[in-house]
Amino acid sequence: MRFVFKTSYDADINWFKHKTQAFWYFLLFGLMMAIPLYFHFLSDPYLLGEITSVMIFAIAAMGLMLLTGHTGLPSLGHATFMALGCYMNVIYLNAGLPWLLAFPLAGLTAGFVGTLIALPVLRLHGVYLALATLAMSILTGDFIVLLEPWTGGISGLAVPDISIFGLEINKYANPYLFYYLVLVVALLIIMAYRNILRAPMGRSFTAVRDSEISAQAMGINLTMTKSSSFFLSATTAGLAGALFGHSAGYVTNETFDVVMSITLLMMIVIGGLGFIHGAFFGAIVFGIIPVAIANGRSLLQTSFGINVHIPGLENGLFAVILIAFILFEPMGLYGRWLKVRTYFELFPFYRKDMFRRQKSYLKTERVQ
Amino acid sequence: MDFIQLLASGLANGCVYGLIALGFVLIYKATEAVNFAQGDFMMLGAFVCIGFANDDFMGQGFWIAVPLAILVMAVFGYLFNWGVLRHMFGQSQTSIVILTIALGFILRFIAGTIWSHEPVSLETPFAGQDIRFGGVVLGVDEMLVVVVTIILTACLFVFFSKTKIGVAMQAASQNQLAAYYMGIPVKRIQSLVWGLSGAVAAVAGILFASKGAIDPSAGLLGIKAFAAAAIGGFGSLPGALLGGIIIGIVEPLSSRYGPPGVSQIAPYAILLLVLILRPGGIFSQTQKKKV
Repeated sequence: MRFVFKTSYDADINWFKHKTQAFWYFLLFGLMMAIPLYFHFLSDPYLLGEITSVMIFAIAAMGLMLLTGHTGLPSLGHATFMALGCYMNVIYLNAGLPWLLAFPLAGLTAGFVGTLIALPVLRLHGVYLALATLAMSILTGDFIVLLEPWTGGISGLAVPDISIFGLEINKYANPYLFYYLVLVVALLIIMAYRNILRAPMGRSFTAVRDSEISAQAMGINLTMTKSSSFFLSATTAGLAGALFGHSAGYVTNETFDVVMSITLLMMIVIGGLGFIHGAFFGAIVFGIIPVAIANGRSLLQTSFGINVHIPGLENGLFAVILIAFILFEPMGLYGRWLKVRTYFELFPFYRKDMFRRQKSYLKTERVQ
Repeated sequence: MDFIQLLASGLANGCVYGLIALGFVLIYKATEAVNFAQGDFMMLGAFVCIGFANDDFMGQGFWIAVPLAILVMAVFGYLFNWGVLRHMFGQSQTSIVILTIALGFILRFIAGTIWSHEPVSLETPFAGQDIRFGGVVLGVDEMLVVVVTIILTACLFVFFSKTKIGVAMQAASQNQLAAYYMGIPVKRIQSLVWGLSGAVAAVAGILFASKGAIDPSAGLLGIKAFAAAAIGGFGSLPGALLGGIIIGIVEPLSSRYGPPGVSQIAPYAILLLVLILRPGGIFSQTQKKKV
């Protein structure tokens, strides 16, 4: 058990709680930097591409996490912001902007449009936001078809290569560089995220999540807080979408569908609502499960001769896992890890209800 | 003539949307939770009825299958609340939203595995019959949809405002804790309302399947019904029906007279418009929370 003796106010908001924690994170960073070397020796970068796409989804999940996990606003339409980011990025690139300018601009555009759409709904409570974003998510594909001159509609749109000061990056020609690019973007977003969380803005996000009434009583402007959270969230999702476009190379009206939005939501719930780590854990789980199902299926077929082919099995399985998490571990994978860690840190003084939260009983907002 | 014909078929479609929306509103009115799987409840109800009635499956005939399917769905709704949702009592609304979305996926998977993903339609004694008024042809099935919907809405409206259980349901939604103190068995009331909503969903499904073919992804219609409920004002039973009818009528009219691609967008565009201009819906029941 470690006691952190706090000698300054900064100790509460420092990047790392203590040196050991900093050591582990730097070790992780070193590992992430070294991964491409391993695949370079193996000269089979297929898995590296998978890791890259997991990271891209983790970025998108971080966007949603800020909104749902830290501000308590559910969104069923984050694929729309990814689509916005992706298409705007391509449009800016085709207009001749350099990538270093087009990429952040695409994110900001997604953020602005998202906030404009959500602004009227943010005054109402969660369910309406879920509804409006769901409607938005369904409309995305249709709008992409309608805006064919810019988006290519059904026939799709090719995403040009990234070029940074003459350095060409293409996912297929050079997966290593693309990996590093995504890693850098992910790292910058994590740092920004952490900084927001330890600044007054992030504190007000969590305050709004935990109780709107008490947040208001403390002088927090609800609409302003919610819309800035929405803006940041949509911007992050837009950036992830732009990267996703570069990773896919070709996007159509069916790429960013409702299922993608819902998958993002499932990711953050399974990973752990309210933790940055949760976004990554969720993305990793969603990267592993399809591979596991495919492997299990081929194992059953080769060793037992059972041919399992049930359409929709993956979605069904995801859903069962999700329900199990909500029922038995509402804090997600990261919450479970925290509990296990605390158990060993405090051994033998861990109590069962240490992580129990106050229950909230519902009251209506309708007039009767 | 063309216009009236479109109006009639739109009305029948709208009534089905309205019925699904009614299911949402019931649950929302009594438990303040939103069931994103309501469309899939409808789909499951339809398939259960098809399973009992159609000759390809059990072949018990329409009139036996209908009450059985309604009963099965009511029990299913009750059990789902009793077995799953009750354990989440006191958790945030967001997790209930996510949970019901996941439930929808599971139901779609189950229905697809049992009854396959091919579209099927319910064998009814009145299939193909129609009534003619001048030049307008009205199917008996479409008429039945409208009549059943109106009767059901009226019954539920009276149930909620006049009966003891209905009032208890409203109380449980307004303030769970206070309802407990007044001696209302909130948990059982919530299970009951889920059962009721399952039964309504089954009726919607049966009407939908008797009017046309249904496949497991039909549950996605629930999203349109959602739009209907929000347009009418969440929490208002007549509002849900009105919203459903608006959407049902706008769809065929916009695909007939509007430019291509508009008919898919129209329902959601109306929803977004309503949410922006009159956020509480037409029969608004929401007001700003007072501190």
